[in-house]
Amino acid sequence: MTSAKPTMIEFKDVHKYYGDYHALRGITATIQAGEFFSLLGPSGCGKTTLLRTIAGFEGISSGVVLIDGKDVAAVPPNQRPTNMVFQSYAIFPHLTVAQNVGFGLRKDPRSAADKARAVDEALAMVGLSGYGARAAHALSGGQRQRVALARALILKPKVLLLDEPLSALDKKLRENMQVELIKLQRQVGITFILVTHDQEEALVMSDRIAVMFEGQIAQLDSPERLYRLPKTRAVANFIGTMNFLSAQILSEAGGKVEVEAQGFGRLQLDADKQVTGTPTTTGATIGFRPETATLLFDGQQATDRETMATVEEVVYYGDMTYYDVLLDGTSAPVRLSMRNVFGRPVLDIGTRARVGWSPGALVLFR
Amino acid sequence: MKIPVLRIYTIGYLLFLYCPILILPIFAFNDSTAVAFPLQGFTTEWFQNVFHDAVLGKALKNSLLVAASTAVISTFLGTLAARANTRYQFKAAGPLMGLIMLPMVLPEIIMAMALLVVLLSIGIPLSLFTIILGHVLVCTPFAVAILTSAFQSLDKSLEEAAYDLGEGPFSTFRLIILPLVMPGIISAMLICFTISLDEFIISNFLGSGEPLLSTFIYGQLRFPKNVPNIMALGTILVGVSITLLALAEFFRRRGLARTGAKDSGGFL
Repeated sequence: MTSAKPTMIEFKDVHKYYGDYHALRGITATIQAGEFFSLLGPSGCGKTTLLRTIAGFEGISSGVVLIDGKDVAAVPPNQRPTNMVFQSYAIFPHLTVAQNVGFGLRKDPRSAADKARAVDEALAMVGLSGYGARAAHALSGGQRQRVALARALILKPKVLLLDEPLSALDKKLRENMQVELIKLQRQVGITFILVTHDQEEALVMSDRIAVMFEGQIAQLDSPERLYRLPKTRAVANFIGTMNFLSAQILSEAGGKVEVEAQGFGRLQLDADKQVTGTPTTTGATIGFRPETATLLFDGQQATDRETMATVEEVVYYGDMTYYDVLLDGTSAPVRLSMRNVFGRPVLDIGTRARVGWSPGALVLFR
Repeated sequence: MKIPVLRIYTIGYLLFLYCPILILPIFAFNDSTAVAFPLQGFTTEWFQNVFHDAVLGKALKNSLLVAASTAVISTFLGTLAARANTRYQFKAAGPLMGLIMLPMVLPEIIMAMALLVVLLSIGIPLSLFTIILGHVLVCTPFAVAILTSAFQSLDKSLEEAAYDLGEGPFSTFRLIILPLVMPGIISAMLICFTISLDEFIISNFLGSGEPLLSTFIYGQLRFPKNVPNIMALGTILVGVSITLLALAEFFRRRGLARTGAKDSGGFL
């Protein structure tokens, strides 16, 4: 995942208006060749609109979209080196599976036999060998999804666009398809751009993720970095769960930031690895993920720091238990996620408990 | 005891609606020129008369010509309007569609008179052609209504997918849209055909004296001895109409099933 890969798609200050509505507000980003890239955000954030500007279904109001170094402003969708898997799959209901998959080959100069072979190969790639003669409207959701993939990939596009392709599938099937899509992307090696509102899906599948809010990219990073060091509290909250405690910055010097945090006291944080966001007037916030702090049971010693707390809520999940605890000296509970261990009791509400934590796992939002 | 008021009402309503039509076939096979009970015996004489009447033959030929032309033209125009209405957003779309649909509820006799005055004043002689013009005006709203539902049930991403896979707008229409709305088109044609076939007011006002089925029937009613013939002809027409409408509904439902849409109600 070094930056040695050539650029496949480049957005330069892209704006899009629908009448008065400002759907895309200055998108600037590059997507590398061969990358699994995700556009992640809540509905209405402009992620689908951005995807459709690549496909050519949406024009842009200002800015530039380059595909493989070429400005595509004047190139219609049917001449772009991109293919799309639609949210509804858009399987042509009056055609067979093979006719659907081979639809894009109509103007291909190859012989009918060669085309039929290409269709068979594409069907084999998505695990639907032998389904060619079936009527498309009789397929299950997962099968439609595969047909849509085969139909798009048979044209060997430079970029495959996926518009929430898994949202219509049930949980088990969705998780299977996630793994299959990753494998497929490695196998064909082309750029995949996925639109999703499911943060878990984006984390699992992507090389890089652009988190979008209100027509802007809030953060573009690798999944690990997005999770570890989100740029804003909004991003932190959208990707997983994060606890927040108010804090005051005391001093900054020599790559260290000294803060006074509610419940945690006086701390020294690494300015490069732990401090994020742009300075605000509303004050700083300390954040930490539920799994980075731990309840200490009898006989357990804190590896780093220790603070007393009161258990306020217990949510039992089988393999995990979520505890909402009120750290001494704070006013709102924070959530801790604990892996359940055989023989260890689940604590009751109201129990006084020790919480072990480490300054290194904290993030400071300016 | 509780009186089933609603049930009685429903049965009474249906009897009132359909008894007169049930009378038709009964007297069409009754061996008497008088349309009155008691029945006199079974005969197919009236049907034989119908098939051997030269004027009626001519009227049938004219009617089929007018109905077929009306069906084709109305459905073509309806397709354009329905496509524009469902695919594009433009100013005044609402009022425009309202005006197109208005003839459905306008008093036909007023339209017929207005058309007659206009045609005469601009010097277009009355003929089967002017009747077709009038019928198209009345039938197009029905075609628009049926086809709008056909186009609406079409997922827009199907069109985009064809585009995405390299097709242009015309080949997309031919390869994807047309096959998927074809059941709607057939259904619209059949309904327009049926409406045109038994339309009377416009046929009467805008005709040049060339007989059509509806005007022929009206003319025959003045002669009591011909009434049983009309009963026989009416029986045939009712049969044909029901068959055509059932076919139209069959195609409409098949179209919905094909595109996987939910049935939101049709004319039947």
